[in-house]
Amino acid sequence: MQFVKLTIDNKPVEVPVGTTIYKAAKKLGIDIPVLCYMNLEHMGIENKPAGCRICVVEVEGRKNLAPSCSTNVTEGMVVRTNTMRVLNARRTVLEFLLSDHPKDCLICPKSGRCELQDLAIKLGVRKIHNEEIAEMSTYKKDFSPSIIRDLDKCVMCRRCETMCNDVQTVGTLSAINRGFMSAVAPAFEMDLIKSTCTYCGQCVAVCPTGALTEVDHTPELVRALADPKKVVVVQTAPAVRAALGEEFGMPAGTLVTGKMVAALRRLGFDYVFDTDFAADLTILEEGTELLDRLTKHLNGQPTKLPILTSCCPGWVNFFEQQFPDLLDIPSTARSPQQMFGAIAKTYFADKIGVKREDMVVVSIMPCLAKKYECQRDEFKTDGNPDVDFSISTRELAHLIKEANMDLNNMPDEDFDNPLGESTGAGVIFGATGGVIEAACRTAYEVYTGKKLDKVDFEQLRGLEGIRAAEVDFNGFKVKIGIAHGLGNARKLLEDIRKGKSEFHAIEIMACPGGCVGGGGQPLHHGNSEILAKRAAALYREDANKPIRKSHENPMIIELYEKFLGKPMSHKAHELLHTHYHDRSPKIKIKD
Amino acid sequence: MAESRVALKRSEVEQLKAVCREFNNDPGELINVLHKAQGIFGYLPAEVQEVVAQELNIPVAKVYGVVTFYSFFTMIPRGQYPISLCTGTACYVRGADKVLDEFKRLLKLDVGETSADGKFSLNCLRCVGACGLAPVVLVGEKTYGRVSPDQVREILKEYGYEV
Amino acid sequence: MAKYSMHLLVCGGTGCRSAHSAKITENFKNELDASNLSETIQVIETGCFGFCEKGPIVKIMPDNTFYTQVKPEDIKEIVAEHLIKGRKVTRLLYIDPEKKEKIEDSKHMGFYRKQLRIALRNCGFIDPENIDEYIAREGYEALGRCLAEMTPQDVINIVKESGLRGRGGGGFPTGLKWEFASKYQADQKYVVCNADEGDPGAFMDRSILEGDPHSVIEAMAICGYAIGATKGLVYIRAEYPLAIKRLQIAIKQAREYGLLGKNILGSNFEFDIELRYGAGAFVCGEETALIHSMEGLRGEPTVKPPFPAESGYWGKPTNVNNVETFANIPVIILKGGKWFRSIGTEKSPGTKVFALAGKINNVGLIEVPMGITLREVIFEIGGGIKDGKKFKAVQTGGPSGGCLTEKHLDTPIEFDTLIAAGSMMGSGGMIVMDEDDCMVAVAKFYLEFTVEESCGKCAPCRIGNKRLHETLEKICKGNGTREDIELLQNMSRVIKDTALCGLGQTSPNPVLSTIDNFWDEYIEHVDQKKCRAGVCKDLMQYVIRAENCVGCTACARVCPVGAISGERKSVHKIDPAICIKCGACIEKCKFDAIFIQ
Repeated sequence: MQFVKLTIDNKPVEVPVGTTIYKAAKKLGIDIPVLCYMNLEHMGIENKPAGCRICVVEVEGRKNLAPSCSTNVTEGMVVRTNTMRVLNARRTVLEFLLSDHPKDCLICPKSGRCELQDLAIKLGVRKIHNEEIAEMSTYKKDFSPSIIRDLDKCVMCRRCETMCNDVQTVGTLSAINRGFMSAVAPAFEMDLIKSTCTYCGQCVAVCPTGALTEVDHTPELVRALADPKKVVVVQTAPAVRAALGEEFGMPAGTLVTGKMVAALRRLGFDYVFDTDFAADLTILEEGTELLDRLTKHLNGQPTKLPILTSCCPGWVNFFEQQFPDLLDIPSTARSPQQMFGAIAKTYFADKIGVKREDMVVVSIMPCLAKKYECQRDEFKTDGNPDVDFSISTRELAHLIKEANMDLNNMPDEDFDNPLGESTGAGVIFGATGGVIEAACRTAYEVYTGKKLDKVDFEQLRGLEGIRAAEVDFNGFKVKIGIAHGLGNARKLLEDIRKGKSEFHAIEIMACPGGCVGGGGQPLHHGNSEILAKRAAALYREDANKPIRKSHENPMIIELYEKFLGKPMSHKAHELLHTHYHDRSPKIKIKD
Repeated sequence: MAESRVALKRSEVEQLKAVCREFNNDPGELINVLHKAQGIFGYLPAEVQEVVAQELNIPVAKVYGVVTFYSFFTMIPRGQYPISLCTGTACYVRGADKVLDEFKRLLKLDVGETSADGKFSLNCLRCVGACGLAPVVLVGEKTYGRVSPDQVREILKEYGYEV
Repeated sequence: MAKYSMHLLVCGGTGCRSAHSAKITENFKNELDASNLSETIQVIETGCFGFCEKGPIVKIMPDNTFYTQVKPEDIKEIVAEHLIKGRKVTRLLYIDPEKKEKIEDSKHMGFYRKQLRIALRNCGFIDPENIDEYIAREGYEALGRCLAEMTPQDVINIVKESGLRGRGGGGFPTGLKWEFASKYQADQKYVVCNADEGDPGAFMDRSILEGDPHSVIEAMAICGYAIGATKGLVYIRAEYPLAIKRLQIAIKQAREYGLLGKNILGSNFEFDIELRYGAGAFVCGEETALIHSMEGLRGEPTVKPPFPAESGYWGKPTNVNNVETFANIPVIILKGGKWFRSIGTEKSPGTKVFALAGKINNVGLIEVPMGITLREVIFEIGGGIKDGKKFKAVQTGGPSGGCLTEKHLDTPIEFDTLIAAGSMMGSGGMIVMDEDDCMVAVAKFYLEFTVEESCGKCAPCRIGNKRLHETLEKICKGNGTREDIELLQNMSRVIKDTALCGLGQTSPNPVLSTIDNFWDEYIEHVDQKKCRAGVCKDLMQYVIRAENCVGCTACARVCPVGAISGERKSVHKIDPAICIKCGACIEKCKFDAIFIQ
């Protein structure tokens, strides 16, 4: 590798050819402020439109200032990051940005976590000159079931556009208009609900300001908890426990399962359950479906392969909109969130003698698409949803803090029973590859009738966007594909469409990294290493669990014995399976 | 630009598809396709953009992003008599702004708008290069040179304008 | 051309066409038919003559008679008198504004005397829709010579030797640009002609494309040979229908003659040209934005490097030059780099085409050797200021340039001297302003343009220019302070320092140059709330003309705010602090005693 030498703020540094000034400065511990720049290194995602001009620096011999995020170093370069010229420019540019930005920070959902606010603090802008005549670019607000768009707060960093197009290939968002009125929005500035948005929430996860935020369901939750007539049941998704601690200053990858349970109980939930229970249930339904299709395939009967997992609602939205010709391929199993809701409001409600309408089921999810999913008509009985509403990891953290609690000080407590019992297989649902690994643990034993020597299928783990592996089912080699991030999913789907796919089963998660990188998780602010640490935490919890295979979960066994019969039974179909719709955009034609 | 919804006729969709085919359904030809489409429809309603997006296999948001970037493209149907004022510097220093004000006043239109009866639309152009005739006004294909504000009423009358 | 004894050249440039020159051509043809003269007299619709102020122009060859402001109804008379009886129609001749004499031949006219036409060599002389006429004037000889006698490096060397600098505004040495593009290896390279002329008040490129499209086609092919490209693209404004039509015709003809396509002139060289249409975005004049636009995307610029020479259209090495730059190339090849260097100045060799417009007598398109002074251009070629008014400023470089004043009039026109004076060459717009123009309002006009045309990608340009415009508006409304002027200066410097592309980096130039050169006017606006040019409406003052006022009190009685005071039969006074400028007093006054200052 070739290296170049340069000095930054009089300090010499040597870096490889092709390094940007920004990264070279970082090596020296010089933290040049950035706004639009974002580097999710572990996922190979870099956003550098060089549009905000906050990161400008002075380069000797250059006429104007250079954007450090996108200017490569050269031999002998002399860079200064903090001259008066630079500081004045940076502050003036920030003043421009703030002059076109609402100043309602006190009630902004991003307050305290806003990168623009951080910059304003760092650069000390105290006055917007001529503020009284400064026109602001304003736009229609958009309240979708999952995501709120408030483009008045858009700074044109283009991160959301990069996520929606380059990473997710959803193509809902694009830069629109020109000049002062430019912003990032769906076609015709339509509301997200009418668009092809999957609610994956990756745009929200990277938005530096309050332009893109999640719909806040905590007020409804507080109302339900305060209502003595309601029995409020909560389920928590696997990925939440591996990330919630970050909001309380714990290092990334800290598991807070027990503390989270304690906090939820103190918030006043009547029953604190685990979505992992429903994940185990999912494995039995989905795994059975997989074996059913594989058996038919081996017997030469007509069937559809590969089977695709269906627990990710962002992914379901994606294929319903963009691959309506492949609706018969995904498993019909509902997501764990919805399975949980269906069981809670039937089996469990009966068990404790509570009427459906008196029970409120809340889910804590790393995900924003779950907010939409629980509102789908398929998951309602007489208008009453199986899951009443879903709140994100971030919202839960807020609520705990609001209730004067610090997670650090919580004792470790256990989930309630019966819907709190889970296995290691359910826990790893939160990481990419986890669902299919959990399925393999069960399917292998059911198919071969033999016990697994080793339950860890390490070949299925990792962070590469698309992975392929073979699992030997007693001589029958099951070909497995894994994709996370919808852009990667698209590649596998296009292969299927062309008849080129050789996989028997494919796991797909809409978010890069799987649920640990979900749109509802604590903001990673561009540090993608966090996602790997969260995933590692989940595998740790799995390894420490006494039971690690879904079909061995005693509460699941009891559920089938007492209520469902067997997997794929009529009752199971009614409560645990769903059907998909062609929701591709249609063009109105007048005949 | 607001959402404008019209239903296209099947034959119009076919016509658009033919235009896209003419450019090999190549996304790189988006701007050329939009030029042709606007030539056919006079403007680019949402449905036209949706058909183009589908045919070129690009997200409709991207098509809309391009349509709203370039001032030549419009989502508002132009009037029967489109009035365009040159706003080049030569026209400006020779009083184009006053002429524009007079058009706005008489037609009660702002730049970029079309009158309710669909008769007149008002637009500004970048320099048309007829600086010798500044200020210049175009009504459809017809050029009016050295226009002063008091001539505006006369020009409009030629096209059936009534007070 | 041999069989005709006479040629009627009718200007078919857009300016003249807007004044019905096409009808003139048609009338000529009909009249010649009717008089059985169409066998001996040929009517040619040419490109722009340049003298747009006096258009439509008709030139009669070989006697060089130059008729100005010809109307379609004059044609009968020209045919009957001049063509048949040999008597010139003197009422259509140009009148020298100073000597008041009629001038028959254009070469004696002040407008043409100091011009030197290289890029415009064929404009106004040939039928741009006929390749034979271009060939008859040494057309495609340069391409032939390159292919037959020169290596690509020889071609680059001649262009380097000539010292030709990009005529689109930046002034980057063309030969060097070609050399960069030639050095990168790729399976495909592109030659792009930037014809997205967008400066308000500039129409040089269009006139060349309308008047001499083959010179550009030939030059692009030469460039393709030099850098190793087989594909050429012309990015042209969709608002230029005539230029598009003539280019299309020219490309078709060149293909038919084997001057485009495979095995050009029997060599192994292959080159062809396609058109790409702009859609109304000034920023697409910036080469990276232009390339994105050609790829069907929003025309947003990207950071350089990489330069297009390394990674341009679809990521391939791409050389982008402007129309006028290309139009110089064939002549340079034929006459040599040294010859070109002998014209103009050492650092800016050759000529430059300017679109001269504004408050000037001779609006039009001119081509002058570099180094000529602004005074010569404005007062000799341009014929001085219109209506005998006083010269105030000349704006060069369009929205990226600045306003120069009296003290700059003897500055030689060169790339570097104009920058040193606080303006720039730009693509060649030159707008003359007189005492009736308010320089604060002019700065505001340019910022309005930049705000309109900013792509929105970078914050300094997207928001900063808006704030500049608002601050200027505040000053024009009489609400400005000295602090606002300082604010304008700081914002301007930061925008220049931080904006992403050339458009943003130069957009504050009109503000800075007017503050530098017209400081007094800014101060008057903010301190005295006065606009000496009377342009800023809010700064107008209603004043009583003492000598006319009879003290009838009618004005004071009608004033809705009680701003007028004065005893009966004595001179009244208007208090500007109270006056709301409603105009009621002027209407009421029977003695013409109230006026607006």
